[in-house]
Amino acid sequence: MSVRHAVLALLSEGPKYGLQLRHEFEERTGEVWPMNVGQIYTTLQRLERDGLVESDDSEVDGPQKAFRLTSEGAAELDQWLRTPPDLGSPPRDELVIKVLVAIHVPGVDVHEVIQAHRRRVVELMQEWTRVKRDADAEDTSLTLVVDAELFRLDSVVRWLDAADSRLRRFVPSEPTPRAATKPASAKREAVQR
Amino acid sequence: MSALELQSVSKVYGRGAAEVHALREVSLVVEPGELVAVMGPSGSGKSTLLTIAGTLESPSTGEVVIGGTPVANLSRNQQAAMRRRSIGYVFQDFNLLAGLTAAENVALPLELDGISTKQARRRALEALERLGLTERAEHFPDDLSGGERQRVAIARAVVGERHLLLADEPSGALDSVNGEAVMRLVRSTCSGGVAGVVVTHDAQLASWADRVVFLRDGRVVDQTAPPEGPESLLEAPAR
Repeated sequence: MSVRHAVLALLSEGPKYGLQLRHEFEERTGEVWPMNVGQIYTTLQRLERDGLVESDDSEVDGPQKAFRLTSEGAAELDQWLRTPPDLGSPPRDELVIKVLVAIHVPGVDVHEVIQAHRRRVVELMQEWTRVKRDADAEDTSLTLVVDAELFRLDSVVRWLDAADSRLRRFVPSEPTPRAATKPASAKREAVQR
Repeated sequence: MSALELQSVSKVYGRGAAEVHALREVSLVVEPGELVAVMGPSGSGKSTLLTIAGTLESPSTGEVVIGGTPVANLSRNQQAAMRRRSIGYVFQDFNLLAGLTAAENVALPLELDGISTKQARRRALEALERLGLTERAEHFPDDLSGGERQRVAIARAVVGERHLLLADEPSGALDSVNGEAVMRLVRSTCSGGVAGVVVTHDAQLASWADRVVFLRDGRVVDQTAPPEGPESLLEAPAR
């Protein structure tokens, strides 16, 4: 989450004070991302240094200082909104690694490992769903944030389901050192090509 | 008194080499007002569990107790009466009768139970109103959207004095927002005192339940823990 760009977005509506920015940031993100005042002021100082925002009076710091967007700031915001986040390189997913490792650890049932994670993720989804259920129907920000979290967790459950059923059909044999290194790097090269 | 109790229920189809164990010693208790989701892959026994809970099939061994009454002690006619009066079903493909309007579809189980046409219609219209379908009451299923059809199916499942709501993949092929609307209705119906069991492979649907039971190869292998404080997520530190 880019606090920097969120601040630029809020200032695109007109000049605002630091405390006001913090309040509005929390409100618009469904109060799921709490932010302290220090973070807001540090961000504003850096934005001012970079010429993306300007203040009424750069001599006096404090809550009575209003900030406004500069034309450079507006251009930066516009570019950021249209730039897709980096979804290209797969994250090093700890859960995937745990399951891959569990396949070959003696005395460990990989299906039990998968179920333990599945249960925990579904419990988290239940908690988020309760937040959505109790939310004001008009609180679109909160609903959208909760939806994003539910879709993310749902994809984790689906991956666990797929892994579970693949591993029931086909259990990989013990990797030999040679088999573990050579084909893997060959595959990576194939993907890069 | 629990709304539904399955006590060591097993179900075997076929014999000898063709024997299939659809359920193995499944025990499940659902209280009034509680919504339980049963999750599992295809072939895990989810649908069999639901048909047995709904008295549409008998278990091979074990006992089904609905509202304190062991189903095995009832005659076929008494079981049919229990299905009409106390149990509501929602299926993936809605199962509405194409030749009847929305209101007639909803009134049908009441009429079958001997309630006068006029009374049944009044109650059907009330149920449709609760689901925001007053304007669509005189439409035939073919003239309704997928979401509306499923709401009619839910109205039919909850009309009258039902104590048990059973749903098999109730959001069917609906998109996620309409699917959520269906689960909100199921949830609020249960909060009104009805016991609900939803079987699904969809974690987003299951997460509307108070408790999620995981089924695998006909056995209950796990279930979710009861909820912690409702605000625990929002108090988590910023990421």
